Amino acid sequence: MAPEPTIEQTTEGIPLDSPDSNDRVARRTFIKSVIASGAVASSGGLMLVGLSGCSEDAAPAAGSVERLVTLRVNGRDRPVDVLPNETLAMTLRYKLGLTGTKLSCDRGECGACTVTIDDVAHNSCSTLTHSVRGRAVTTIEGLEQPDGTLHPVQQAMIDELGPQCGFCTPGQIMSGVALLKTNPSPTREEARQAMAGNLCRCGAYDHYLNSIMRAARTT
Amino acid sequence: MAYKHIGKNFTPPDVRAKVTGKAKYSEDFRAEGMLFIKLLTSPMPNARVRNIDSSAALKMEGVVDILTAEDVPAMPVPQTQILTNNPKFVGDPILAIAAVDETTASNALEAIIIEYEPLPFVIDPLQSLYPGGVDAHDDGNVTQRMQPTQRIKWTARDFAAVGEDELPRGEPRDQWEYGDVDAGFESAAVVLDETFVVAGHSHHSMEPRSSFAYWENGKCYLHASSQSHTFNVPGFAAYVGIEPENMILIAEYCGGGFGSKGTAYPIASLSAHMSKKTGRPCMLRITRAEEYYLGSRRNGFQGNVKLAFRDDGKLIAADMYVVQQSGANDGFPDYMNAGGALSLVYTPEAMRWKGIPVATNTPITGAQRGPGQNQLACVMEPLMDKAAKELGVDRLVIREINATNNDSKYADKRIPVSSAYLREAIRNGAERFNWEEKKKQSGQRNGTKVTGIGVGQAFHPAGATGFDGLVSITPDGKVHVHTGVGNLGTYSYASTSRISAEVLGCSWENVVIERGDSRRNLPWNLGQFGSNTSFTMTRTNYVGAMDAKMKLLEIAAMDLGGIAEDYDVGGDKVFSKADPTQNLTLAQAAQRAIELGGKYDGHEMNEDMHAITKASVTALAGTALVGAAKDTLPSEGMAIALASAFMKIELDTETGKYEILEYVGTADCGTVVHPQGLEHQIRGGGVMGIGMAGLERIVYDPQNGLPANVGFHQSKPPSYLDVPAEMDVGYVDKPDPSNPVGARGIGEPLLGCAASALLSAISDALGGVYFNRTPVVPDMIINALADRPQSYKTLQMSNQ
Repeated sequence: MAPEPTIEQTTEGIPLDSPDSNDRVARRTFIKSVIASGAVASSGGLMLVGLSGCSEDAAPAAGSVERLVTLRVNGRDRPVDVLPNETLAMTLRYKLGLTGTKLSCDRGECGACTVTIDDVAHNSCSTLTHSVRGRAVTTIEGLEQPDGTLHPVQQAMIDELGPQCGFCTPGQIMSGVALLKTNPSPTREEARQAMAGNLCRCGAYDHYLNSIMRAARTT
Repeated sequence: MAYKHIGKNFTPPDVRAKVTGKAKYSEDFRAEGMLFIKLLTSPMPNARVRNIDSSAALKMEGVVDILTAEDVPAMPVPQTQILTNNPKFVGDPILAIAAVDETTASNALEAIIIEYEPLPFVIDPLQSLYPGGVDAHDDGNVTQRMQPTQRIKWTARDFAAVGEDELPRGEPRDQWEYGDVDAGFESAAVVLDETFVVAGHSHHSMEPRSSFAYWENGKCYLHASSQSHTFNVPGFAAYVGIEPENMILIAEYCGGGFGSKGTAYPIASLSAHMSKKTGRPCMLRITRAEEYYLGSRRNGFQGNVKLAFRDDGKLIAADMYVVQQSGANDGFPDYMNAGGALSLVYTPEAMRWKGIPVATNTPITGAQRGPGQNQLACVMEPLMDKAAKELGVDRLVIREINATNNDSKYADKRIPVSSAYLREAIRNGAERFNWEEKKKQSGQRNGTKVTGIGVGQAFHPAGATGFDGLVSITPDGKVHVHTGVGNLGTYSYASTSRISAEVLGCSWENVVIERGDSRRNLPWNLGQFGSNTSFTMTRTNYVGAMDAKMKLLEIAAMDLGGIAEDYDVGGDKVFSKADPTQNLTLAQAAQRAIELGGKYDGHEMNEDMHAITKASVTALAGTALVGAAKDTLPSEGMAIALASAFMKIELDTETGKYEILEYVGTADCGTVVHPQGLEHQIRGGGVMGIGMAGLERIVYDPQNGLPANVGFHQSKPPSYLDVPAEMDVGYVDKPDPSNPVGARGIGEPLLGCAASALLSAISDALGGVYFNRTPVVPDMIINALADRPQSYKTLQMSNQ
């Protein structure tokens, strides 16, 4: 599933973005935008204004304007209205209906929200949606073939009984998929290092590693 | 006994949804017009809300409504409140705002003006026990689950009688004793007198306890993160303030609970209350920080234990006192469980136990995997090593001589066990680990590194009786196992359903598990906690299936002649034993059951079942052959779970860090029902144990009562790199006489055996330094190696 180049447009019709647009959003900018949105409440989580499709009377709050962009998600072009401070996890979960990507810490500590962007694993909770325009985003929902054939990592997760509660599993799988893309035959130690950003409180690490190693053998 | 399904691996029906992202957890549901809720939580550890001015907030565009303590049912103090005007810990919810989106709700919270009256607070239990010490609650300082609060203070004389590093033995809340304890101490070869601390730590469920709710035709539809299903329906209904029959609980998946979502909890009801008030669906997303406040934690211990050993290593007497840090609610009786666990696992001939649970202005506590039993393992296992060393006895020999067995008894009531093979579990593990060879490596140096060899054991009760089984066979020939047990992630909901296929002689492919939604006609089952499921649910699914089987045999006799005893089931049929060509398919028999009506299709049923089961049978009536029965099978003694663990570590004497090189965990849980699932639990429990012993602890600023760890990074649940890349497992696999397939539960001690094995290994690497403190962290190790004093006082808790 090679990412196809797409022409991204703003609502004004001005072409935007090269594939490396991610570099333009520095962490400083990200933090400033979050502070400006008033989202640094005592509870810490990032939030979303005007959830399309959820609430008909959702009006954009002052100072936050959505912009229509087209995202390339799971091989499809998805037009979506995006706020300047919106994280990819929130766009995927609340605007594109892709709830397989989980939010657990919402601050880049646990990996539950891992997706791949141009085949590299990213925490979607700490990635601004605007930064992924023109890049290929793959979520857990994008791995299964239309005929129901699973990605080798998914199939291995079934054969090895990888998950326990399953909540961190999509993130674990996406990290595994990204690993095998760059290193198709990792050692167990290499896999362990590559997966280290994905926490699992059930402690299914051994079974997840078995799954990754099995997938590496079968591809 | 040869089984077709029991003891075999299989693909649980929910695993595909977990690996494709289709599994829906509470925050994954959406509805037209839904509102988002944000909580305003207490910034102070103990306060009274004098006034709330929400006028500006409610005028903001997009803000829909507010809930305060006056709008929701008040729970009897000291139970956890849904919302409160008397917050008892930092993070206690005071009010909630609903708005069209979260940012609007959050901005509205900023516009609310609250006048607080700060009150004195207490973090360390011992400080509350001082004469004149602060009480966490208005009416006292000693809380116990479902009991009124008490006020107990120790005297100045109690404190003066001991040094600063010893535990005063003031008035307990609870105590018991059996045997002649004093005589035991007089005749002992070695006596240990040890003061200890075990830190509390969070559950860290990966899924925060978000909830989503709406109302339709007077019924509340609640999507909540719940380990248990039907067992939690009455509890959630009570928090919402409705009858259980009006509560539709949808909880197909639970993103981790570890005890914190075992029973109903108050905050899940908030979305339902807000939905009722606004008339719109409401989502409450719980943040990670809020999960640290509301997601429960293990009770901390301060205590003392005196142990009297005979010269061969037999424990002849034990005397234990536990002070429990219970947090701001009614906690969980971990301190009691610790006493019971000591009596059973180490079988002292005489024992005295005292304990007191002290409320503190820290977030709520609750059962966490092995509540009390696993703290006890962390206290006792290093001390067994210490006693072995002083007596010159092998560390395995001292454990084997004291190991619980079929004749052992629990606590002062001397409750017998159904079966126990701890010695076999130890031997199984020792063999896999190659103990005899490994112990020679103890203390070996490799540059700055030194090898440590550890061993640990743990226990938990593991089963219950008296719940209902429900199996239906539809005219399409499908066997439906209705299970209300919940899905906490162990796959035991599925593995225990397989006994129904075993009883009915049908293929597993022909079985449909009905679960996860109150509308799927679920029976009354115990929740998924307390390591009980393998024992409890094999019994209930057995009796449900046996009832269906009897009906199949009777129908065959009616239609094909003879009596029920002439028939048997197998190959998705009921057939004549004399002439198997004389048979009915399950589909035909189900159709006949519906034609016959009465008891066959659920129009009549046994009266001894729970109201929830009866309602489900009534709903099924006329649609299927219905098998439903209460578990009244015989049961003798307490079903228990036992585990042992072995560990090899390499400890860096310059940094105090260590790497766990090898791990072996072994389980004694009766017949193994699902090998892959059991192995998962042994390893996963091992990972949690490594966290408990070496990484996790709750820390507070003693001056302001503020929590220092409200995120993963600060709280340190173990990652891939904290645990061995491979963990070996073993099991005893001896059937238990009180279960139809010989199964007992297992989940909880698998944590404690690993935690205590790690503590044992660290002490071994240090040549016999016993910290009497959990967790053991690198700065403690460095101080010990450098022979420097530790940075904490012996009994100091929660601020180090």
